[in-house]
Amino acid sequence: MTTAALQVTDLACRRGGRRVFDGLSFSVKGGELLALTGANGSGKTTLLRALASLGRADAGTIVWQGADIAWLGHLDGLKGDLTVRENIDVAERLRGVTPDRQRIEAALASFDLAALASRPVRTLSAGQRRRTALARVAASQANAWLLDEPFNALDMASQKSLRAVLAQHLAAGGLAIAATHVSLDMPGARSLELGA
Amino acid sequence: MTAFAALFRRDLRLVLRRPGDVVVVLAFFVVATTLFPLGIGPESNLLARIAGGVLWAAALFAALLSLERLFASDYEDGALDLLLLAPGALELAVLAKCASHWIVTGLPLALLAPLLGVAFGLDGQSLAAVALTLLVGTPTLSLIGGLAAALTLGARKSGALLALLALPLCVPTVIFGTGAIEAIATGEGFGVHLAILAALALMALATLPWGIAAALRLAGE
Repeated sequence: MTTAALQVTDLACRRGGRRVFDGLSFSVKGGELLALTGANGSGKTTLLRALASLGRADAGTIVWQGADIAWLGHLDGLKGDLTVRENIDVAERLRGVTPDRQRIEAALASFDLAALASRPVRTLSAGQRRRTALARVAASQANAWLLDEPFNALDMASQKSLRAVLAQHLAAGGLAIAATHVSLDMPGARSLELGA
Repeated sequence: MTAFAALFRRDLRLVLRRPGDVVVVLAFFVVATTLFPLGIGPESNLLARIAGGVLWAAALFAALLSLERLFASDYEDGALDLLLLAPGALELAVLAKCASHWIVTGLPLALLAPLLGVAFGLDGQSLAAVALTLLVGTPTLSLIGGLAAALTLGARKSGALLALLALPLCVPTVIFGTGAIEAIATGEGFGVHLAILAALALMALATLPWGIAAALRLAGE
């Protein structure tokens, strides 16, 4: 896995005439996890979307180096009429990558989805859908993960699985940025509180 | 190209798993067109004269019925973010979605139209003209509708807005499609009309994917 790095300098964002954040500077490199924390409306999702180029910033710079981004939004981004495995397979192909069967099976196993892999996503619970979306990220060969509330709807066992997968990703030299209300105390993790 | 094929196949697979959406479109087309012969009665001259306009207008309304969902489901379930982040050109993704829309609506409408044309008393050459003009003209409707669908993404009453935006832009296509069938009735060939429809389709193909992609990027922000 090639190492990705991110440098953010003096980033500012306004929405509807309101300052969401201003003068934000930080950097993240391979092997690091940055948890974006803060109260509701503090700009976690706005920042994450700006980092992914899905939203625009009003000032400042975002410089990625060697990054291949995998995205998990607030919405799962899954098609209900496709099966769990098909959703992951299509997402990889949309990224222009030939799906790696072994990685997909490993990701499914990591989130305890092997038995559900052939089921249409519309038949799954909210937590199972979230796990499918997380498995999609884990199955990707991307080195930079941007995750918006990845712990949403997850039970304790799934939260533990996510921590293990994140630790594995960081150990392989990947970077991750997660907007979350859950404490992420693991090696390589630090937090940035917005709205403070 | 891999991403284009993947998206094209994904959308076709989604339609096959939920065929009701396409059946409703085709049923609307059949019901809307057959109302005219039933209402007007067996006046074959009048029916043949209005056939082109009726078939083309019904095909346009039927295509619009399904266009509202072209990008809306991706917007609602978050899959649009994945399309926006894909490394390939978004314009190609847009083209893949419009192409799959045409395969499941434009193509069946073009194949169904000659059968319905029989109820209007159209002769063989006119029936062929109906099918050919719809084959060449409906891709334009899918692309124009795609632009309107992307521009109205996330708007309230997006269906009505979509129709308001798309219908005026579809007028030239409908005029030349209808004109082809009238030209046969007056003893002229419909080659010129077909060529103009092809030119309109090529113009739409060359310009609209960029507009649709820009509208999608705005909707994603």
